[in-house]
Amino acid sequence: MSLDRRALLRGGMSLGALTLLTGCDLSDNDAVQGLLARFSAWNDRVQAALFNPNKLAPTFADSAAVKDFRYNAWYGPENAPALSAADYRLNLAGLIANKKPWTVDQLYALPQESQVTRHVCVEGWSMIGKWTGAPLRTFFERIGADTTARYVGFECADGYYESMDMATALHPQTIMAFKLSDEILPRKYGYPFKIRVPTKLGFKNPKFVTTIFVTNQRPHGFWTDRGYNWYSGI
Amino acid sequence: MSDTTETDVVVVEAAELEVLEHAWPVRLTHWVMAASIIIMIGSGWRIYNASPIFPFSFPVPITLGGDVDVALTWHNDPGVASAIQWHFAAMWLLAVSYLLFVLWGALSGHFWRDFLPVGPASFLRDFIAAARFKLEHHLGEYNAVQKVFYWGALALVLLMLVSGVAIWKPVQSYPLELLFGGFQGARIVHFLGMAGICGFIVVHVALVVLVPKTFVAMVVGRVTGHAHGSSTEHRP
Repeated sequence: MSLDRRALLRGGMSLGALTLLTGCDLSDNDAVQGLLARFSAWNDRVQAALFNPNKLAPTFADSAAVKDFRYNAWYGPENAPALSAADYRLNLAGLIANKKPWTVDQLYALPQESQVTRHVCVEGWSMIGKWTGAPLRTFFERIGADTTARYVGFECADGYYESMDMATALHPQTIMAFKLSDEILPRKYGYPFKIRVPTKLGFKNPKFVTTIFVTNQRPHGFWTDRGYNWYSGI
Repeated sequence: MSDTTETDVVVVEAAELEVLEHAWPVRLTHWVMAASIIIMIGSGWRIYNASPIFPFSFPVPITLGGDVDVALTWHNDPGVASAIQWHFAAMWLLAVSYLLFVLWGALSGHFWRDFLPVGPASFLRDFIAAARFKLEHHLGEYNAVQKVFYWGALALVLLMLVSGVAIWKPVQSYPLELLFGGFQGARIVHFLGMAGICGFIVVHVALVVLVPKTFVAMVVGRVTGHAHGSSTEHRP
């Protein structure tokens, strides 16, 4: 046979028209949304099974840590909550034996360690930073949290809220980060502390935490309520 | 001279018996792979736009992930959440259909029978012929360019699956990302693999448009006749 260039052009054009017709409204269809949500729930289970509580996220040399870490939120840094050490209290709720609120001084007196790990954003960018703080596991021992419970939830001063599975909360690299680049966590990065969890995507690292609660009912998450996968492990 | 007559008859019969067949596992996995790859490319472009690695973005109307204004209004999200849901749903369809396609192709003999032998010499010969629009097409026979393209497409999908795992699970799969020069390297490889698959799709679909019977065969399973035109057409 000899190839027919006109047939090629004609066919190509009708294919182009087809892709335009299928358009983007499909994603907004309720049935499609339901199907995608079921896949997302399946992905939650797969990720929990893939999570190895003993596997550490890769760590890097101090020199690899970025000094001017990227600011990221849905509001500008000028609108970040300005919490004062004098007024701040960390509230505890749910399956915790001692729910007495904690002051900044008490928190900062906890035993701390440093990590140079990579923050991976759901959008695809990544950045290595140096964080210092207390392992959440240590804090849970101090407050008598029921570590056999399934979930940990966080509420934040900026209206943000997040949650994660207990296995990840107890991971040795999951810390209450009081410092970034060896300096007390600046206001825009979440003063007085943020949860730094290098085994999860960036949005699972809540800032300006004001309440921590332990529960068996899976709590919500700010971005999860907006369609992002809840587990979001990496 | 009866010998000559016999031979002629055989040639004519052979010409009329051109058959292209696809077993049902090939057709089923082909179409599931096709659909999931289209979904992955469309949603992948939307995800790419959230944090482009090259100095360009994809026009939103050709990406998959719902109406951006709706997402911004209701969810304060630039339509990336839906794109990621599509991407991480279709990845299962692609992985499973690809695995079944490869298993069936290897175990049934389809790959060894139809995609081999192939080498640089035959590829070059057929490529030059194709570029000059002089390549002969016969139903049921794969030329060297096709064979190389099919092997290439299979390799590219494997590359996408592996680099995809490195991006999806950079901690749990570590040090897999080092194969690609790190996490950001894996993103670049994943992008280039996508570009290669897009190139394959353009050529693949263009050839199907030129020989529509191959499309029919991939749907119903079997066609006879010639690659082009009616079955009474004479072969040179």
